[in-house]
Parts: sequence; structure tokens; C-alpha cells
Amino acid sequence: MNCFGNIWSVAKRELSGTVSSPVAYVFIVIFLLLSAFFTFMIGGFFERGQASLASFFGWHPWLYLFLVPAVGMRMWAEERRSGTIELLLTLPVTAWQAIVGKFLAYLIIIAVALLLTFPVWITVNYLGAPDNGIIVAGYTGSLLLAASYLAVTSFTSALTRNQVVSFILAVVICLFLILAGWPPVLNLLHRVFSPGLIDFVAAFSVMTHFDSIQRGVLDLRDIIFFLSVILFFLFATHAVLLARRAG
Amino acid sequence: MIKVEDLRKNFGTKAAVDGVSFNVEKGEILGFLGPNGAGKSTTMRILTGFLPPTSGSAEVDGFDLEDQPVEAKRLIGYLPENAPCYDDMFVSGFLKFCGEARGLRGGKLNDAVGRAIATCFLEPVAHQSIDTLSKGYRHRTCLAQAILHDPPVLVLDEPTDGLDPNQKHEVRSLIRRMGKDKAIIFSTHILEEVEAVCTRAIIIDRGRIVANGTPDELKGRASGAGTIVLRAADRGGAALRPFLEKVEGCSAVEVLEEQPAVLRLRPKDASTASGLAARVHELAVREKWKLIELRIEEGRLDDVFRSITLPDTAPGRDAK
Repeated sequence: MNCFGNIWSVAKRELSGTVSSPVAYVFIVIFLLLSAFFTFMIGGFFERGQASLASFFGWHPWLYLFLVPAVGMRMWAEERRSGTIELLLTLPVTAWQAIVGKFLAYLIIIAVALLLTFPVWITVNYLGAPDNGIIVAGYTGSLLLAASYLAVTSFTSALTRNQVVSFILAVVICLFLILAGWPPVLNLLHRVFSPGLIDFVAAFSVMTHFDSIQRGVLDLRDIIFFLSVILFFLFATHAVLLARRAG
Repeated sequence: MIKVEDLRKNFGTKAAVDGVSFNVEKGEILGFLGPNGAGKSTTMRILTGFLPPTSGSAEVDGFDLEDQPVEAKRLIGYLPENAPCYDDMFVSGFLKFCGEARGLRGGKLNDAVGRAIATCFLEPVAHQSIDTLSKGYRHRTCLAQAILHDPPVLVLDEPTDGLDPNQKHEVRSLIRRMGKDKAIIFSTHILEEVEAVCTRAIIIDRGRIVANGTPDELKGRASGAGTIVLRAADRGGAALRPFLEKVEGCSAVEVLEEQPAVLRLRPKDASTASGLAARVHELAVREKWKLIELRIEEGRLDDVFRSITLPDTAPGRDAK
């Protein structure tokens, strides 16, 4: 009870800090503009002639690649730079509660941005009769994907007091998570490595799991994959915070 | 309330804190003195649970900072060095967050925030964003955060740093007032502050405690402490010297200035200084000197501080 109270206090503080600065608004507006642009202009939403949001969700791994690290890069780096980390970690709040609270705050911002894409959903329902089950799965997968990137950003943000360094590291790690399962890269690897190895590498990619969720199959294995990526990087954040404490 | 035992902290191969032990009880105000980099802030960071010690332990009211950090932190109010605050928040919002994180809710939270704002004179800026505040207000905002939950233990790292003289005075009287029923540790470079506020002072140098006592005890360790200074308007120093050397209980006489005469008498024993001063006065009356000053030197904390923390000239270097 008290534990959730503490997590919520930290999350609320983080939200109030983000909402009073332009970070959250810029993120939401840019996300909406870009996702509309990619869906309709480049993704060929109308040309496909299908009542589905595949062209909408298909761009999310690439959109999030830059936007999520950009919104989350200040998470710990800013605390460290301004010294407020000393304040936060000497409150009767455990490091875990602080980590989860901050993670939650940024996840809420991303979720709001994602919810604000509802006009796309209305459009596709107006124009045709899509399988709304697949769309729900798509949104779930998209949120899980964003949460995974956010956990990566939390980790890189704890590593440094410099937000730019934190951003670049997060982009690189997320890019690796994408490319490990991106068909062009896999095709390239096919010429050199055995299929077994390639499947193994691809299993670590968010793309493999994101794609299968996009097909409308909310497979437990895919969900467990995303949750374990999130947990792994939150654990790593915790380890970094403790290690940097030890001096 | 506060118990620190054989605390050590290494950063790489450098020992920042090297075997520090002390206790602070309720009603005590402990001044933490030392040159920059002596280990004051590191000790305080360990004591507030921000850094783990390499070895040794720090306890607050029986709760070890390593084993039961949350219970211990609940009892502590902490003002970190440089008073960090969340720049993107309003003063009242910031205090509300700190109160919430400390488990205050509803009416209790509002009361606590109101009280802290009043105590730290923050009313004019309560609804201002922290990044627009002057340094003095910023500092007091962070101080308000430390006293918000009325903690039994206060750890203040340079609480008067960067304040103007009026604000310094306010903060000092605040510390003195709160010191009656709390255990307070604060660090400072300003020695007069220690004399004005502390019930006890610790001088720390290169991670070790080099002096521990009441401000008066420490002053007694100054080289000039307990000597008698005499100033006479109508005689030369050399002329007075033979008279003074014969006074009972005087071990040495030093002429500081010849005209007007200023002399320093060193008593055989510091505790007999007042008797010696009385006899010097009798002598002066008998000989009809025009005495314009006769006083017992108190010893200055500055001298003690410098003599035991300066490298190489350190009589107190190996003292406890």
C-alpha cells in the first residue's frame, strides 16, 4: 500500500515536471504528426484498399526509436546533473520505487500519445469493417514495444549525467533490438550463418515479436518477451544506480 | 539518536572518510568543521543513506542505514550541499511531493507544507517556479523540505552557504530553536557560526576526527588561550617587563609593542590566569600605571582550526 503510494508520488512528481516543460507536448504532437504522415503518405493507407491499421503500426518501431529515448533521456541524467538524485534517494523511498515511479510516468505520457491516435481507428472503421480484435492487439503490442524502449532509456539515462549521451546510447541499443530481427538484416545473415543461429538472434529482436502481435495473435510468449526486456533493463537501471552509489 | 562507528569510505584507493566515530544525542547541535575535501559531506551522505560506507556503520535511533534504510530515512531531514531542488516545480508543489514521499497525506500534508513555508519565510515565493528563485530562497526551499516532517534528526550540509547576513542570522536562530528537541548535525566553514550555534564541535581533516569538544574546550586549545594581555598608555614595554616578571604565577612575559606598551603574560597554569590578572591589576594600581586594557585571551577557534588542519605545522595532527 505504502509502496504503491511512494511509486505514485514519484510518478506524479515526474509527470508534473514533464507537463510543466514542453517535453511531453512536443513528444505527443510530433508523434501524432509523424504517425499520420507515415501512415497516410508513405505507408499507403488508402492504396492498400484494406480495412486494417497495418500501415499505421508498422512504422511504430522506427518512430519510437527516436521519440522514446528523446522523451525519457532526462529520467535519471537530469537528477544526477542537478543533484536532486541526492534528495530523491534520501527520502524514505526505495530505489525500486523511484525507478518504477519514473518509468510509469513516462509510460503514461506515451500511452496518452498512443490513445490520441484514435482518429485513425475511427477512420478505418468508417471506411470499412476492420477486425477490431487485431487493432486492440496492435495497440497492446505498440505499448509494450514503447515500454521496452523506455526501459532501455531508463538504463542508459542512469549511466550518465549527460542527456545527449543517454539519448544516443538508448537509440543504439534499441536499434540493435530492431535490426536483430529486421528481414533485410536477416537475409544478409542468411548467406553467412546457419538458420538455427539466425533464429536465435532473431528471437532477441523486438521486430519478430512485434510483428506476430500485429498479426492479431496475442501470444503469451511475445508478451513474456517484452515483459522480460522491460524487467531486464529496469534491473540493470537498479544495478547501475547501486553501483554508482558505491563510488 | 545518531551513532556513527568507525566509518570508512574509499573512493578508489583514496580514503575520503577514515575511521570516524561519534554520537549525537537529542538536544545536541553538532558542528562539523573541516577544510574542503576533509570528508564532511561524504560522512553526511553516508549518514543519510545516499552512499553506502566501505566499512563501519551509521545508525539513527537504532536503525542501521544499510539494513533498515527506509525506517532510518523517515527520521532524518537532510539538506544536501548546494541545496538541490527540482527546478521544474513550484515551491509549494515541491514541498508537497517531499511530504507525500514521507507518507503525509491530506490535511496533515497541507499543515506541514504551510508550517515549513512559514518557518523558512517562503510565503512570497510559495507559488513561484523554483528555477526563478534567488539563491537564498532556493536554499531555504531545500531547508523547508528538510524540516517539513518535523524529523527528530536533522543533517544540514552547509545550511548558511550563499545566504546574506540577515538570512544567515535567521537560519542560525532557526537551528538553535530546533536544536532544543532534535539531534542536529551541520557542517560549515564559518567558525563564528559554530560558536554561536553549536553545543559541540568536531573538526575533521583528511577523513579523520582531529578534535571533538564544546566550542569553549576547543578554543582552550588555541596557542594564545589563557594568556593575559596588558596595555598601558604611559610607559614603555621594556620598562614594565621587569615588574611583571616578578608577579607570582607568571611564567613568561613578552613585549608585543613598545609604545604604547602592550605585553603578553603567560601564566604557569592556564587555570590560574584570573588570579594572575588580579595580581597584575594590584601591581598596576600600586605603581600608578595608566592601564587601558587588561584581559585574558580567550583563544580563537580560527587559531585552533588552522593549527590542527594545516599540513606540516600540525601539533594536533596525531591527537585524537
